[in-house]
Amino acid sequence: MNGLSPQRIGALALRYLYLLRRSWIRIVELAYWPTVQMILWGFITRYLSGHSDVLGQAAGLLLSGVLLWDILFRSQLGVSVVFFEELHARNLAQLFVSPLRPIELILALMSISLIRTLVGVGVAVALALPFYGFNLFALGPPLAGFFLNLLLMGWAIGLLVAALVLRHGMGAESIAWAAIFALAPLCGIYYPIATLPGWLQPLAWILPASHVFEGMRAVLLDHTFRLDYFLYALLLNTGYLGLAISVFLAAVRHAREYGSLLQSGE
Amino acid sequence: MAEPPVIQVENLRKYYGSVRAVDGISFDIARGTTCALLGGNGAGKTTTIAMLLGLLLPSSGRIHILGEEVPRHHHRVLPRMNFSSPYVDLPQRLTVAENLTVYARLYGVPRVRERLAALGRDLDIDAFFQRPYGSLSAGQKTRVALAKALLNEPEILLLDEPTASLDPDTADRMRGILTDYQRRGGATLLLASHNMSEVERLCDQVIMLRTGCIVASGAPRELIRRYGRKDMEEVFLDIARGIQSGEVIE
Repeated sequence: MNGLSPQRIGALALRYLYLLRRSWIRIVELAYWPTVQMILWGFITRYLSGHSDVLGQAAGLLLSGVLLWDILFRSQLGVSVVFFEELHARNLAQLFVSPLRPIELILALMSISLIRTLVGVGVAVALALPFYGFNLFALGPPLAGFFLNLLLMGWAIGLLVAALVLRHGMGAESIAWAAIFALAPLCGIYYPIATLPGWLQPLAWILPASHVFEGMRAVLLDHTFRLDYFLYALLLNTGYLGLAISVFLAAVRHAREYGSLLQSGE
Repeated sequence: MAEPPVIQVENLRKYYGSVRAVDGISFDIARGTTCALLGGNGAGKTTTIAMLLGLLLPSSGRIHILGEEVPRHHHRVLPRMNFSSPYVDLPQRLTVAENLTVYARLYGVPRVRERLAALGRDLDIDAFFQRPYGSLSAGQKTRVALAKALLNEPEILLLDEPTASLDPDTADRMRGILTDYQRRGGATLLLASHNMSEVERLCDQVIMLRTGCIVASGAPRELIRRYGRKDMEEVFLDIARGIQSGEVIE
């Protein structure tokens, strides 16, 4: 009983799958924004490709950027929003008096986030092919590395947001939606980091996503996989995820200190 | 040699700044007994139960449950305990069966379907197994919460107002189920309740709290005799209003 239990982690994932199965609106919601973004940027790409040398060389630059960005965004929401559902349902106390450990709750949130991201972004990726003849899988094996790093960064931000809400209450919920957009200009989704002012570039380079999007451009423009970008992103993610898990566990301890697990959702 | 108590609480305190929610309480609960935590609003009942469950960290004091130190090792005892409260919900959009299945898996219950079927019969909830939990009446929700609390056949069951929102007939049936469950498995029950006839019927031991302190404890009949009253309702009112018996503890 002392170790991690895949059965308990699976039980929470099952709880989310029940919810998803019950509501087709939730499934549509998962895929809606990634698909709308893909369609919008597809048209922009089509328009710009005749006017831009860069896009002429690699027409998939913007579409790859927007779809990879959605991996980051959806994985973050997959952790934070699902955690908020437990708060809204006033279910947190039930979970914490069950044998579920906080670390298992974190792993369950990550599992659910993976499912949500695959469904949400998967639909947009699938539709990009008939809409624009664009295949994200043309990025080849490096796509797996990009996916992994964006997923890890999304989990880290999602856990930090969940910790913030656990610590300060549901008033902080809007940060879940806003947090990642504050980082977007620094990540170089649609432009190289070199475009940013010199003083801002060091900040950009401490974000794993910046290395991912630079790596994506290297694949599309230079047809090379930059292992250094991948490893930097992985190293940063290891640090950020470790920090985020520690902050979340500290927030759980704080909630136990002040009794907010019993009051959550009220 | 006598078996050690399954719940041992020693000089337990919980302070929120200058507010003393629980202020140095000590008690033991023996295996197979039913104990009631009584007191008015803000007396410290829910705070005490939350500390026993590990939901709340004590400011000081010691808790041992089933021989394990809590909250330090509460993950060792949580699989052997369970909890029900009308003030803590289950996910509203999931059906009753889905909710119970999720919690059965969290508690590692073997043969989930059989267990759910048995609880459905015992608690008369099988008719709405396929309905969303959020669509149930308050009384139905209380029964489902009790089913969740019995899923893992706990050795220790903590109940916060177990029959709140139930009509007299259903409440009576629930008490019968709890009594049967306890006799069958030798479980220990700790309940917070405002229903004094329920306390008289179910409990071997009563702990009366007032402003975070134990002001009286003993068997219901003993307290009734000590206070010279005709039932626990009158004893409760005496204690809540600060009327002392000659033998009030602490």
